[in-house]
Amino acid sequence: MKRTPHARHLPLLVTASLVLLVFIAGALVYPRFASFGVVRNLMVDNAFLAVAAVGATFVILSGAIDLSIGSVMAFTSILLATLIEQHGWHPLAAIAFAVIVGGAFGLAQGLIIQAFELPAFLVTLAGMFIARGGAFLVHPQSLGIKHPFVADVLNERLSLVLPVGPHGVTIPLLVDIALLAIAAAAVVLSFTRLGRNVYAVGDHEQGAMLMGLNIRATRLSVFTISGLCSALAGVVFTLYQQSGDPAACKGLELDAIAAVVIGGTLLRGGIGSVLGSSLGVLLLGLIQTIVTFQGNLNSWWTKIVVGFLVLAFVALQRRFTR
Amino acid sequence: MPADSPLLSVRSLSKRFGAVVALDSIDLDVSPGSIHALMGENGAGKSTLIRCLMGAVRRDGGTVLFEGTACDPASPRHAEAAGLSTVFQEVGLIPHMSVAENITLGRESRRWGLIDRREARARARRALARLGLTIDVDQELGGCSIALQQLVAIARALDVSARLLILDEPTSSLDRRETAELFAVLRRLRDEGVGIIFVTHFLEQVYQLCDRITVLRDGAHVVTRDTRDLPRPQLIAAMLGRTPAAPGASVTSAAPADAAPLLRATGLRRRESIEHADLTIPRGAAVGLAGLLGSGRSELARMLFGIDRPQGGRIELNGETFSPRSPRDAIARGIALTPENRKSDGIVPNLSVRENIVLALQARRGVLRSLSRREQDAIADEFIARLGIKTPHREAPISTLSGGNQQKALLARWLAANPALLILDEPTRGIDIGAKQEIESLIRGLINGGAGVLFISSELSELVRACSRIVVLKDRRTIGELRAPGLSEEHILEAIAAHA
Ligand SMILES: Nc1ncnc2c1ncn2[C@@H]1O[C@H](COP(=O)(O)OP(=O)(O)OP(=O)(O)O)[C@@H](O)[C@H]1O
Ligand SMILES: [Mg+2]
Repeated sequence: MKRTPHARHLPLLVTASLVLLVFIAGALVYPRFASFGVVRNLMVDNAFLAVAAVGATFVILSGAIDLSIGSVMAFTSILLATLIEQHGWHPLAAIAFAVIVGGAFGLAQGLIIQAFELPAFLVTLAGMFIARGGAFLVHPQSLGIKHPFVADVLNERLSLVLPVGPHGVTIPLLVDIALLAIAAAAVVLSFTRLGRNVYAVGDHEQGAMLMGLNIRATRLSVFTISGLCSALAGVVFTLYQQSGDPAACKGLELDAIAAVVIGGTLLRGGIGSVLGSSLGVLLLGLIQTIVTFQGNLNSWWTKIVVGFLVLAFVALQRRFTR
Repeated sequence: MPADSPLLSVRSLSKRFGAVVALDSIDLDVSPGSIHALMGENGAGKSTLIRCLMGAVRRDGGTVLFEGTACDPASPRHAEAAGLSTVFQEVGLIPHMSVAENITLGRESRRWGLIDRREARARARRALARLGLTIDVDQELGGCSIALQQLVAIARALDVSARLLILDEPTSSLDRRETAELFAVLRRLRDEGVGIIFVTHFLEQVYQLCDRITVLRDGAHVVTRDTRDLPRPQLIAAMLGRTPAAPGASVTSAAPADAAPLLRATGLRRRESIEHADLTIPRGAAVGLAGLLGSGRSELARMLFGIDRPQGGRIELNGETFSPRSPRDAIARGIALTPENRKSDGIVPNLSVRENIVLALQARRGVLRSLSRREQDAIADEFIARLGIKTPHREAPISTLSGGNQQKALLARWLAANPALLILDEPTRGIDIGAKQEIESLIRGLINGGAGVLFISSELSELVRACSRIVVLKDRRTIGELRAPGLSEEHILEAIAAHA
């Protein structure tokens, strides 16, 4: 019985096919579904979730979990808003600072997990509360951002314009950020020692240790990357909303985890890809779009469908990986 | 190099696990350019010593000098950086990564910070070629046979130019050809000045390969001598702490040869597994399966046990058609299999030794007729004593036992279940000589009780001793059967060689 690497890419293929199928179904049922505007909105509306899912992919591949993602996003967004609106920081400086804070937060969580040999679940659960509380400390309610640089440059002029069609195709900056993050993560995971170590640690930690891999450094990097991605997702979210909100993104880490699982990554670690997670995000977004198009459906239907999808994928993985 | 400047010098190294003293003040000197055998019964402390040297567990006390400087690695990573390289006993590498990645992981050459995958594959091919292997390096490791996984682990250890190479039972799943290739490489390394520590339970390999022998018993150092000064009987006595009993007589069939067979398989085949297999197992007899690595021995066993379904041919059990859909069907009909890969298919690591032993018996009886605790204790104690399973008590988690002792407990599970047909896939791998004899006598007991045994082993001498018939497999086909008078290792090898 030879197991080729193809067998474990099957969930990925299934996700990709589902994305296509759902899109085609939508296009057949709703006349204006297959339009450029719908696709564009799909990308814009889900850019921040995609970035969050990139970080979650690293953590889950390594066999751990990060529950602080949503709170760190909220913290980042309100920190950005206050720095820009109330302290007169330039948006670029504020963004750089916020991302560094997010990375440091992730690193700190990793250090605590390592030093006291605590489960990631509990430490990041604590992190979730701390970041959420911290967000409200920074500013107790949402705060709009009116800085012209954000509105004009970041959200308008920095958009990528592809020379396609009569007017060109505009890809907003926040989508570019998400695509860049996905591409960078894919390269790191496939072509760097860190990336391969993440897989090895998630697949067989004891073996990886005996093979002389640096488990500690790998785990710390993973949590730092997750923190960085959460903060970056917070930045994208802030650009999207044009405001900061300490109450935002509640439970978003669970959406990210769902996207990762639907994308074919094993919750136990060791198998999966960031491409899969991105497809997972797309699928979640598409389902949401369909529910919206249907109009008479309660939007909670999205959650129910997602729940069944997660179940189906967990079952699929049990079947194809041992 | 002069004998007074050892490469590795260990002084009074100690290690305890709770109340178990695994190593008690061990001394060991390994010279550069020599192969040093580390011998001892299962649970003697060999692997623990190696794990201490590599920093996989921290020692409690003692000093280690490597090339004259103190050596106390915090982890195998540090030990590797210092110039030590190890093949650990049966720890898998990374199952869902490719063979090439497993060989190069953590040492990949990079261009502009990115891993050069082509170079990694080429390097893996070179590392395997040193062992005489040309295989697809892109296949997933977890799908490879145990022997191949072991060879990949060896290739990985050889891929760095270490000054001290440690091999913990590297040959346990290998057959003669691979072992010979490995030995050629090890001799070459020795001649280049590398020091080698070699652990095995195959005595003949020690005398073929090693320059010096150190024997451990119950965590204590017993003797260190040049190989030529420690002849076989004395080595065995040093390991056991007593002179061994004479080996039992070889087995003969307990039932007349023409009695209705227990199991008859004809024309079995399955894609990528077996091309054609005929096999008859009489009642009260042990049938051996001989063949080279990859000849399809384990695959045939898997079909009989219902793990893989044949795509052609038929199986008859007690004269009735038998087509098991799952191991449960096979177990219900009284068939038992001790799998080749005990780590993933066999032991339940968190259960105690007792629970692991009574598992199959309990399963056969069903939930309603459960074994009383006293019966369980009695059965567990009996097998712990008969097989000499070294464990602090029957309630210790099986994962804390040494490799060979886990294997003994797994065998005990199926022997205790009293099966009608017992399939043993490499049962004595990693088991010390004392226990091997006891296992052979347990098999004899089963046969005399009318059971059938299918015995797969790469150790031909063992097959010849235990079996009254031997079926030879080659290239996934059965190519013939040898019967009791006229069974010998030479005949088996001839049969394999003759069939082109
Ligand atoms: N993690 C552990 N916890 C408790 N006891 C342990 C642990 N690891 C090893 N031991 C005990 O230490 C002793 C020595 O084990 P070790 O694995 O070194 O034996 P070994 O000589 O390598 O045997 P084998 O030939 O079976 O591989 C055994 O009694 C074993 O039960
Ligand atoms: Mg051992």
